[in-house]
Amino acid sequence: MPDISEQTLLSLYKTMFKIRYYEETLGKIYYEGKSPIFDISAGPIPGELHLSSGQESSAVGVCVHLKPEDAVVGTHRIHHFAIAKGVDLKAMTAEIFGKRTGLSAGKGGHMHLFDPKVNFSCSGIVGASFPQAVGVGIAARQQGADYVAVAVGGEGAANQGTFHESLNLAALWKLPVIFVIEDNSWAVSVPKDKTTSLSRNSERAKAYGIPGVYVDGKDVVAVYEVAKEAVERARNGEGPSLIEVKVYRLRGHFEGDAQVYRPKEDLEQAMANDPVKYLENQILSRNLQSEQELKELQNDIIAEIDEIIEYARQSEYPEPQEALENVFIGGD
Amino acid sequence: MARKLPMYMAIAEAISQEMERDSSVFVMGEDIGAYGGIFGATTGLLDKFGPDRVKDTPISESAFIGGALGAASKGMRPIVELMFVDFFGVTMDQIYNHIAKVTYMSNGNVKVPVVIMTAIGAGYSDAAQHSQTLYGIFAHVPGLKVVVPSNSYDAKGLMISAIRDDNPVMYFFHKGLQGLGWMPSPEEAAVEVPEEPYTIPFGKAKIVREGNDVSVVTASRMVYEALWAAEELEKDGVNVEVIDLRTLVPLDKETILNSVAKTGRLLVVDEDYLSYGLTGEIIALVAENALSSLKAPPRRIAVPDVPLPYSRPLEKFVLPSKEKIVKLVKEMM
Ligand SMILES: Cc1ncc(C[n+]2csc(CCOP(=O)(O)OP(=O)(O)O)c2C)c(N)n1
Ligand SMILES: [Mg+2]
Repeated sequence: MPDISEQTLLSLYKTMFKIRYYEETLGKIYYEGKSPIFDISAGPIPGELHLSSGQESSAVGVCVHLKPEDAVVGTHRIHHFAIAKGVDLKAMTAEIFGKRTGLSAGKGGHMHLFDPKVNFSCSGIVGASFPQAVGVGIAARQQGADYVAVAVGGEGAANQGTFHESLNLAALWKLPVIFVIEDNSWAVSVPKDKTTSLSRNSERAKAYGIPGVYVDGKDVVAVYEVAKEAVERARNGEGPSLIEVKVYRLRGHFEGDAQVYRPKEDLEQAMANDPVKYLENQILSRNLQSEQELKELQNDIIAEIDEIIEYARQSEYPEPQEALENVFIGGD
Repeated sequence: MARKLPMYMAIAEAISQEMERDSSVFVMGEDIGAYGGIFGATTGLLDKFGPDRVKDTPISESAFIGGALGAASKGMRPIVELMFVDFFGVTMDQIYNHIAKVTYMSNGNVKVPVVIMTAIGAGYSDAAQHSQTLYGIFAHVPGLKVVVPSNSYDAKGLMISAIRDDNPVMYFFHKGLQGLGWMPSPEEAAVEVPEEPYTIPFGKAKIVREGNDVSVVTASRMVYEALWAAEELEKDGVNVEVIDLRTLVPLDKETILNSVAKTGRLLVVDEDYLSYGLTGEIIALVAENALSSLKAPPRRIAVPDVPLPYSRPLEKFVLPSKEKIVKLVKEMM
């Protein structure tokens, strides 16, 4: 085991468990009001919902090295990064429920979460994150500051032109950007090997003369190590890095996805590499916590999340005419 | 023989029959293979025609949509799908500077028989980047035909016409008309569709309901909001004529002008944004050609120049609806 304190390891676990419980809880609530006939427009969480279960390690292993002034620019599947980055979870949850107490008072929804206090943003357009993170890097340069930017994208997004343009620009200007590609093997129904000319996107870093590393996200500690180095490089003015994390999509592309395209073995393999279970086993087998202690720790997190969900449920919806507000700062 | 089909199946059937007829027709897009298209428009095609003619692409829209132009220049007839109209920003140059203009810039020496299909529409809380209608942007650019079916019969005939057309066609199906089961869709959109191939000419609007008091000009899913409003207004003795444009480019000016000449009142209903769009275009057409026949100022209902919000009450507030149509028509009488 590399040098990582027991305390850090436990704190990584807490965040990972928190994410998992949060996502699985939303995954249940999503179906309220949507049965027996699934209707995407119904229930307390309408619209699309992309959950990150199985991908916790990339968010937690990266964000633990970040400060609030560092930016994360994310994707449609991003709750794990939001939580790991310290986004106000009450407000984020209320946003997902479409409530006035939400981050954007109900205007954004789950794919459009903005928490400027911790420099977090995301969007529903694949490949949009990379240039925006580059821009944060440019600002850091202009301001002579030492904050860094993390651009998150799926392995599918790495085939978007923005990815390549952004890598080149960040490399050219030695910007403090960490490109994190989460390889969950799938872009909706299309497997990576049917869309990508190389088996590893990390190899593409060579084309831009920057470090590129592939890491198995089954083990959050491995991600932690790799990300530590990339963040330090960026902060020290040594330029961008590309990290591809092998992660495991434990659910459908979005909720309601019957995954008929997905071989059973693929899902089984994902489950066998569950990073939360893996870390749990590490903690128990190394006697960092007893089973009882772990249970208590989990229960605390469960209680915290349940309370947040209840808050979101109880919050008021916005008034209809609020739809017209904030197209522009300062009104039209 | 005709049978009732949901719109998504009618579109897939049209493509399938054209692929059988013409070996130069092929399909590219994201999740159009095993998944059958996120909104079902390519259902069954992979099994029937195999991965050479039904190509799942990487998320590289400039490459495969620009690629459609290159393939067309060598005699192929590509159909490309990009799930949501909201995503087109990433490939817009290939469309509005190239696919739309090559025929003109070459003085007609290059033809571009490309069909680009995508989903439009809101109403299920998919928020600002997955709910837009946006066909107005494409109709604004010279060189693109714009098709907006409202039912499965039109969807099939217009798709076959689109594939056979030697020009680029933007084909917009509304998510809330596809009849997918998991997305609410009016039953009326799934109509009888003949099994054999047939075409529907572009530039021919359809009067879906006749009336004498007011002409409601609209397209796509808003046709149903207009029809439902008309039923309600009927009870108050107001006779509404509803025109389904079916194609925005070419635009059936004659049907609109004839209708307004008869009713003397015009309301345009559109799920796209209000300003600089379809509603203004139709009203300008009428103002230029039939101003004297108007008994009341022309009116319009569209999304009031705000992005589509996520939360249900907010979204409902900005979307055109039967209720809004009823209210406005009453004001116009
Ligand atoms: C520009 C653009 N093209 C297509 C889509 C539709 N889409 C949403 S998510 C997705 C797959 C993304 O795959 P990946 O980047 O691997 O992320 P994952 O969903 O696996 O986390 C696609 C094609 C989109 N949102 N934006
Ligand atoms: Mg993926």
